[in-house]
Amino acid sequence: MTTRAYAADTRSGQALLSVRDLSVVFQRHGEQPFAAVDGVSFEVRPGQTVGLVGESGSGKSVTSLAIMGLLPARGNRVTGVADFDGTDLLKLSSGDMRDRRGKDLGMIFQDPLSSLNPVVPIGVQVTEVLERHKGMSRKAAMPKAREMLDKVGIPDPDRRLKDYPHQLSGGMRQRALIAMALACEPRVLIADEPTTALDVTIQAQILQLLGDLVRDSGTALIMITHDLGVVAGLCDEVNVMYGGRIVERGLRHDLFAAPRHPYTHGLLGSIPRLDGQRGEPLIPIPGSVADNLPWDHACAFAPRCFQPIDVCRSQTPGFVEDGASALRCHNPVGSPHGHTAQPDHAEVNDQ
Amino acid sequence: MTDNPKGWKPGARRKAKIDALAQAAGQVQDAGTVADTPGVSLIASAWRRLRRDRVFLIGLTITVLFLLVALFAPLLAPHDPTARLLLDKVRPQSNPIPGPEPGFPLGADNVGRDLLSRLIVGSRQTLLVCVFATLFSLIGGLILGTLAGAFGGWIDSVVMRFVDIMLSIPSLLLAFSVAAMAARPSQWTVILAISIAYLPIFARLLRGSMLAQRHSDHVLAARALGVKQAPIIFRHMLPNSLGPVIVQATLVLATAVIDAAALSFLGLGNPDDRQPEWGQMLGAAQKYIYDYPHLAFYPAACIILVAFGFTLMGESLREALDPKSRR
Repeated sequence: MTTRAYAADTRSGQALLSVRDLSVVFQRHGEQPFAAVDGVSFEVRPGQTVGLVGESGSGKSVTSLAIMGLLPARGNRVTGVADFDGTDLLKLSSGDMRDRRGKDLGMIFQDPLSSLNPVVPIGVQVTEVLERHKGMSRKAAMPKAREMLDKVGIPDPDRRLKDYPHQLSGGMRQRALIAMALACEPRVLIADEPTTALDVTIQAQILQLLGDLVRDSGTALIMITHDLGVVAGLCDEVNVMYGGRIVERGLRHDLFAAPRHPYTHGLLGSIPRLDGQRGEPLIPIPGSVADNLPWDHACAFAPRCFQPIDVCRSQTPGFVEDGASALRCHNPVGSPHGHTAQPDHAEVNDQ
Repeated sequence: MTDNPKGWKPGARRKAKIDALAQAAGQVQDAGTVADTPGVSLIASAWRRLRRDRVFLIGLTITVLFLLVALFAPLLAPHDPTARLLLDKVRPQSNPIPGPEPGFPLGADNVGRDLLSRLIVGSRQTLLVCVFATLFSLIGGLILGTLAGAFGGWIDSVVMRFVDIMLSIPSLLLAFSVAAMAARPSQWTVILAISIAYLPIFARLLRGSMLAQRHSDHVLAARALGVKQAPIIFRHMLPNSLGPVIVQATLVLATAVIDAAALSFLGLGNPDDRQPEWGQMLGAAQKYIYDYPHLAFYPAACIILVAFGFTLMGESLREALDPKSRR
């Protein structure tokens, strides 16, 4: 089977970044603690792209900020391990972590306009990273910055170096941000919804660019998104997050072909498909993350699930790993307990 | 299709819509060509807008005139402002204060010194006081505001409580108290008094916008690139927080002119009347206000005009830099 062969390929090799049992608990004085991320584990290998997928409030951005050490200093507790090539990033002092950010770990954010400093020309912002981590002077860093802008596909880089962010188009701004994040050739790149603020045509270009850069340089890419289209186009492995925990993991092909968690199933059912029947209604997942049950004695997704069984509301589902895939569900789609009134979109074709 | 009595033309409405869109696009492009030259900063585009603003131009004209007069006062003044040239005309009863006469277009003051020369030379004191008072309060406010806004936490609390205490005292009253504490009043005690009175305003303003910057996306992005604390504060946070502070500075220039005059008027300024100052002239004219109101009128008009110029400039600057009023 081709999928298995593919699986063996990407699962071989040493993990570059291995996140184990990461939890982030927000607690304000005199308030109930809230676990935004609750025991998340995943790995990325060089050249691999791993997706973290989920709707707003599922804890995917908090996960990335925790790995980068960018959460505010107070009001939260981060536990677990983020093993980057033998060092636990979560145990590093803030100064050591600062030395690693931009050099070993890069990050791209959602809104390219607000992520650029409006009063500093692009060139200075790109050279700033090189000055910081490579000890270059600004003069020496300028040609390298120009080269980076060229590499990420910004036309006329000499002119753009002098431009201010507001003079660039949205796509170019995101390219500039990618150039900044990749200037020091980080080994792990975290992209937090990099295409959300762009229009669809630009989205495809940016994703293509990210894919090319990752393939060429062997960078490990963690792709955080709510957009399954992005996942389908780019990610090797997909982690679906819900309520701060990973509920399903699988290789892209397997996950899209046969989603097993009802949440993944619902996410796939709520996006339009080219091969669907014309006029076929989309099936939204009812409710919102506000309806979640606490994970302590139940499945958080149970109130929104289309096929809950009794045990879903009384017992925490375990995380059962099986090779490349893993699942946290009492009653997966297509299991013996399976409800008959499932939405009819289980067989997803190859993307 | 009752809403189309003239008969249905297929695609007509769509065509009209596209035309409208094209027209709108054309307008956008026209406006866009200006901004599309490389390396145009926000300040440059604000200046482009200001150049067309009549209110700003009036304010600018007044301010520039005032600056020129103050800088070249010794050349412009027709007479020595301290020489009692018309003393022989200051007679005990019939006509104690001479009015305008050849060579003395505004006449003389109560001891026979040329009024016009005194007004012209007096502008230097006003300029000195308002510029230095604003500068000192700006520097102090920038230091306190940066401390509070950049670090937050207990530093923020300590600095801001201190600033709040200062803000709770009316600024003119605070300035009076500081000036009154000086053993020997001079223009520098006035400067000190006014800078202390306005320092908390700058500190508070800067702290607020620094706090907003601290949680902004581009600061987070800079931190994600491992940029150190100092460049984050001075390259990424401070320049983006300065807009409202600069605007406030031009407005404080105006109030500093008025406050300086008030302090001098009350005798808390430089007592030496060989160095003319508008507020002090106003104070001296008080005795003659019924018989010779022009003695009070001229310095008062100067004070008002200069403050007016600064205010016009500051207000239009505020509008130009305010993202909400940006067109």
